[in-house]
Amino acid sequence: MNYLRQFARKPMGMIGAAMLLVVVAAAIFAPLIAPYDPYARVRAAPDQILAPPSPQHILGTDDAGKDVFSQLLYGARVSLLVGFTASLVSMVIGSAVGLVAGYYGGKVDTVLMRVVDFLLVIPYLPLVLVIIAVWGRGLWKIIFVIAILGWTFTARLVRAQTLSVKQRQYILRARAIGASNPRIILRHVLPQVMPLIVAQTVLDISATILAEASLSFLGLGDPTLVSWGNMLNFAFERAISRQAWWFLLPPGFAILWVSLALILIGTSLEEIVNPRIRSHHLFDARRMVALVLPVPPRPVNPPEPVKEDA
Amino acid sequence: MTRTGYLPRKLLFALVTLGIVITFNFVLFRVLPGDPVKMLFRNPRLTQEAQERIRVQFGLDKPMFLDTEALLNGDLGAAFDSQFTAYLRNLAQGNLGVSFANRQDVGELLRERVWRTVLLVFSGELLAIFLGMAVGLLAAWKRGTRIDAAALILGLLAWALPTFFLGIILLLLARGVLPAGGMVTPGYAQPGTLAYWLDVAKHLILPATTLAIVNASGYMLIMRSSTVEILAEDYILTAKAKGLSNLRILRDHALKNAMLPMVTLIALTLGYTVGGAIQVETVFSWPGIGRLVYDSVAKQDYPVLQGAFLLLAVSVILANLLADILYSALDPRVRLG
Repeated sequence: MNYLRQFARKPMGMIGAAMLLVVVAAAIFAPLIAPYDPYARVRAAPDQILAPPSPQHILGTDDAGKDVFSQLLYGARVSLLVGFTASLVSMVIGSAVGLVAGYYGGKVDTVLMRVVDFLLVIPYLPLVLVIIAVWGRGLWKIIFVIAILGWTFTARLVRAQTLSVKQRQYILRARAIGASNPRIILRHVLPQVMPLIVAQTVLDISATILAEASLSFLGLGDPTLVSWGNMLNFAFERAISRQAWWFLLPPGFAILWVSLALILIGTSLEEIVNPRIRSHHLFDARRMVALVLPVPPRPVNPPEPVKEDA
Repeated sequence: MTRTGYLPRKLLFALVTLGIVITFNFVLFRVLPGDPVKMLFRNPRLTQEAQERIRVQFGLDKPMFLDTEALLNGDLGAAFDSQFTAYLRNLAQGNLGVSFANRQDVGELLRERVWRTVLLVFSGELLAIFLGMAVGLLAAWKRGTRIDAAALILGLLAWALPTFFLGIILLLLARGVLPAGGMVTPGYAQPGTLAYWLDVAKHLILPATTLAIVNASGYMLIMRSSTVEILAEDYILTAKAKGLSNLRILRDHALKNAMLPMVTLIALTLGYTVGGAIQVETVFSWPGIGRLVYDSVAKQDYPVLQGAFLLLAVSVILANLLADILYSALDPRVRLG
């Protein structure tokens, strides 16, 4: 609750949350808002092919005569589904790896961190690309591959935080009274690391959405779905030479919109849970006072401060 | 903790990683559904005889990894005579197979194109490092001012932008001013002449800028935050007390210490840069490895995909090793630790 109140005071974070809300609403109410069904077969008249925006089609039509605005609304569903599902799976894997590696240390830690190092040096997009190219295009395949490869940053972050948390007094005391290791990890370490995990996961969702969009743009998206990446692939292949900007630009800006929203939320959360230094020595004294003065009022029940740098 | 030295440890890691990548590459393209001979040659008129010959030539009649029967009989030579060893042998000889699409040797195809991708990635990366460090340093110094806010907002925007979409936007914006795609104007100049290279440079501007902007955002944000932390250190206060000018403090004290996290970050993001290069080459029809990957995906040209992935992965692994060596030269502490 304290975190929520602090978040409400971050203008950037609130802007991001509002922006995300628009996309979520578009995804949920797509069938109600969309003037046309983008999955329906259409037989378009020649003048309805790549038609510029008009009252009937506020964002024009694509190369098959379908309404771009309706596709845009339905595309939000794919992006959000991929982003949230894949990131949640990554979050669970990354947190588990980070907690186990950080808490137990020793050989387990070494092995797990080598796996992380390994995944970090393999070029990500080419790897996802060849796997999907060989395995076949499909929504759940894309989600699976992105999820199974995308947990490395979370694991590193959680491990670093676990290393510092496990030195704290109450952890040592819990161990002294005979609490089991899994219990300590789940009941005492995880709650301390959770805020960082959430902040990182929000940023991960943005990265996942971008990865899916890039993959679809390169022609490996789920061919049965209307997604922003697929739209951009079609638009790039068939509409760019005909200057059909109404088909090309909206899906691109939609991706930018949702990923920016998540980045704004994620960085604001990060600032709250991982407070950095508030001033430095090259400021002149006047400005330094101005920066330091507005001390946020302390919450009644201060949470355990998470100070250590990840 | 093992007490092996820093560099031998990194070298070993790179070797193991290479081994895993090569094995993965072998396995991935062997689990393709269907008969590998039909997949590899896609020629319905192939006679039974010809199929058999190909099977023997590529060792497909042999077990995938290990002939366990031969191993149990103690015949080691036969035990390791498998598809995998045949693949390794071919790889060692630079034989990466033949493209489905145009029957060209994959190794040759890659060799012909690799320098173009190197040129693009290198110039984009250089521009990104310069841009990211300069803006990040400035933003940290002017922290809390409008300059800082502007730099932050631009940085977040560039971070949120899909690489390919930034390319498309720049392509539309520069229409008519700069060439829209390709690497040279066809029939404009003889390869090797000055006019030719100037033409290449003109074609390089948009793709390199796209790559640079996307990468610079990450560098800028990290540079800014690490400089902010460094500027709060006591030795900066000491330097200021000595009466050094702000510029001097930034150059001699802040920049040097902020270099270390930058080297790590550049190495760490190299894999993503390669991914960005694929997108940028696709948008601008830059005839490098990335565009080749895009075209091969569309044509399901598996041998080319396999070779290109191997080349990209190996380059990134080697570049990381290089960064580790550089890092130990920059920071003597890691050699001891």
